[in-house]
Amino acid sequence: MLKARLKNLAFQLAALILAFGAVSIILISAGASPWEAYKNMFLGSFGSVRKFAEVLVAFVPLLLVTAGLLVTFSAGLWNIGVEGQVVMGAIVTTWVYRLFLESGWNPALIIVLAILGGMVGGAIWAALTGLLKTFGGVNEIFGGLGMNFVATAWTIYLIFGPWKRPGVASMSGTEPFPDEFSLPLLANLRLSPWALALGLIAIVIIYFLLQGTYFGLRLKAVGKNFRAAYLLGIPTWRYSLYSFLICGALAGAAGAVQVAAVYHRLLPSISSGYGYLGLMVAMLINYQAIWAVPVALLFAALNIGSIQLPIVMKLDSSLSGVLQGALVLFVLLMEGARQKLIKRAS
Amino acid sequence: MRKNFARFAMFAMALMLALSACGQPAATQAPATSAPANEPFVFGMLYVGPYNDNGWSQAQYEGGLYVEKQLGAKMLYLDKVNPADRPGTTPDQLAEELVAKGAKLIIFSSDDMKDGANAFAKAHPDINVIMTSGDQVWADGKNYTATPNMTNIMGRMEYGKMIAGCASALSSKTGQIGYLGPLINDETRRLAASAYLGAKYCWEKAGKNAADLKFKVDWVGFWFHIPGTTTDPVQISDNFYTTGYDVVISGIDNPVNLGEAQKQTAEGTPSFGLAYDYVAACEAAPDVCLGTPYFNWGPEYTKAIASAQDGSWKSQFIWLGPDWSNINNLDTSLVGFENGPALSADAATAVKSFIAELAGGLNLWTGPLNLQDGSAYLKDGEVATDQQVWYLPQLLEGMEGLSASK
Repeated sequence: MLKARLKNLAFQLAALILAFGAVSIILISAGASPWEAYKNMFLGSFGSVRKFAEVLVAFVPLLLVTAGLLVTFSAGLWNIGVEGQVVMGAIVTTWVYRLFLESGWNPALIIVLAILGGMVGGAIWAALTGLLKTFGGVNEIFGGLGMNFVATAWTIYLIFGPWKRPGVASMSGTEPFPDEFSLPLLANLRLSPWALALGLIAIVIIYFLLQGTYFGLRLKAVGKNFRAAYLLGIPTWRYSLYSFLICGALAGAAGAVQVAAVYHRLLPSISSGYGYLGLMVAMLINYQAIWAVPVALLFAALNIGSIQLPIVMKLDSSLSGVLQGALVLFVLLMEGARQKLIKRAS
Repeated sequence: MRKNFARFAMFAMALMLALSACGQPAATQAPATSAPANEPFVFGMLYVGPYNDNGWSQAQYEGGLYVEKQLGAKMLYLDKVNPADRPGTTPDQLAEELVAKGAKLIIFSSDDMKDGANAFAKAHPDINVIMTSGDQVWADGKNYTATPNMTNIMGRMEYGKMIAGCASALSSKTGQIGYLGPLINDETRRLAASAYLGAKYCWEKAGKNAADLKFKVDWVGFWFHIPGTTTDPVQISDNFYTTGYDVVISGIDNPVNLGEAQKQTAEGTPSFGLAYDYVAACEAAPDVCLGTPYFNWGPEYTKAIASAQDGSWKSQFIWLGPDWSNINNLDTSLVGFENGPALSADAATAVKSFIAELAGGLNLWTGPLNLQDGSAYLKDGEVATDQQVWYLPQLLEGMEGLSASK
């Protein structure tokens, strides 16, 4: 047992070393010191309270998306459409805001309604992909991709059309909402403790849903073997749809947070790519909820920390994306190698 | 076993921690060695596009370099500051990154950063802010908010665009001029309209019939191309050139129209283009480039930053035209026009005399002028006020293209 553990450890370490090694080679070939780069990225994300708060701002939507994806992955579904579900959440949130902006209602109530609206919007968008799969026979990967494009196109239409700023047609986005419609932020920071709480509560609920409930067990049965689950009497298509609904609602919440706490308006790239990044996080943690927090935090830190690269070293920030990609790639690669080795040994 | 597999996260965190632990001493030493009182004034700049975009952002970058040279100051910058290139960030957040690195003044150098600049100026009353191209502190403007730590700086590019329009009209064989517009707002409407006014003036002055001049604006949707979000400016340019428009004026942050003009010329139809924003932008394709109306930010930025340095800072709205004694004097003129190699000698002479007329007081923003929908904009002989020019509500009558989004 101990030997097996050590072996696993070796594989994981190898994956890490390979990922950092590959990125280091890229850095060296660009004439930069990898050491400096990693140091700047770390200091850029954990070097001060403000920086760490920025990391948390990115962490919240990423965590929400990851939490949602854990559910669809458990059900054996590749919900690529999560990106569009984030966007749709943002659209509906903006829409609810616009509906009630001049109603004179309590802003707190409007914020809650807007976020709930975003969750419903994301859920509906996900359900459409789910329905396409269940009743239309469209694989969720293709359906989801298509829905992503539709969601983005819709955002652009709204920003350049009905929701444009007066006299302006720009992808800068819609007119920002007044300050009182923002989720309350910590003093001098852009972090909303409410958003952070939302993200953490979501991942805790998903953890218990998947680990400790009958629902989670059935969901995983569907994911592991669709046909066997069906024969054992689980209404499989319904479970697929449930997982889409849950994931969509959480992705929608991520979009809602982007509008209500970060950008205070709708803009074309409102999702900030968190949907796709969440897919990477979910793959990296091998679909285990317990690891979602540290890994999502790591990815958020890489995103924020990489801002230092162009400022200090004149390097491109996309290095963080390369590092994230390399991590996923090498960890999956090493897992493959490990399993092959086990097979040969037995 | 699968659970173990995911442990890499722990190691990743541990590795990052280890790296930083080793990195820490060096980081704390650095400020200690550069503590003397005479350290240079540090200012930060945010560019909407790449610092070497051969257009707007590069002109900003050059302006920053000029300040460094003049004041012995130090520039920190971050480019590609827009939500598509830096997802999940806001301009005010990125400005704070520059402040954390020592910047005492921030230049938000794009209209796209307006909201971020406002938020930042409000949250950091101790840091001075230059919001380029904005009107937030224009007391006579529509969006005035007293913000003591903010200054707006903009060049009267109307002149540069009029000259560009003139050069186009003098060079076009077909009488069809295309204008590659960025997004639609007050600024871009008035600049497109200026190009039209210049084109019309020089077209008629050359003895041609005003009715034969076609001037069409087509909009991209942003200051430059963002794949999947905006219309492709290369496509727009191509459409212009292949439908009889033999001159296209770039109004976006880079001169991508020039490449299409080269292609079209190579295929046998002589075509031209005008670059924009950056003094040396024509170098991208000199053989088809008629010229570049450009911004020369250095001198004005130098004045503003010097005033922040010596404590005489005042919130100002600065909207300056060229130095008419020499519009290409890089030490004095905020707006200039650099002739391109493709401008014929005759046209160059005519452009020169047009500039002389402008310097002499010729104002093309004089009535009678109608808006695109036919409604009156300026009565006969009426001269547009600064507000009327800045906030031009529509394109002018005679121009084709959208005045606002559909």
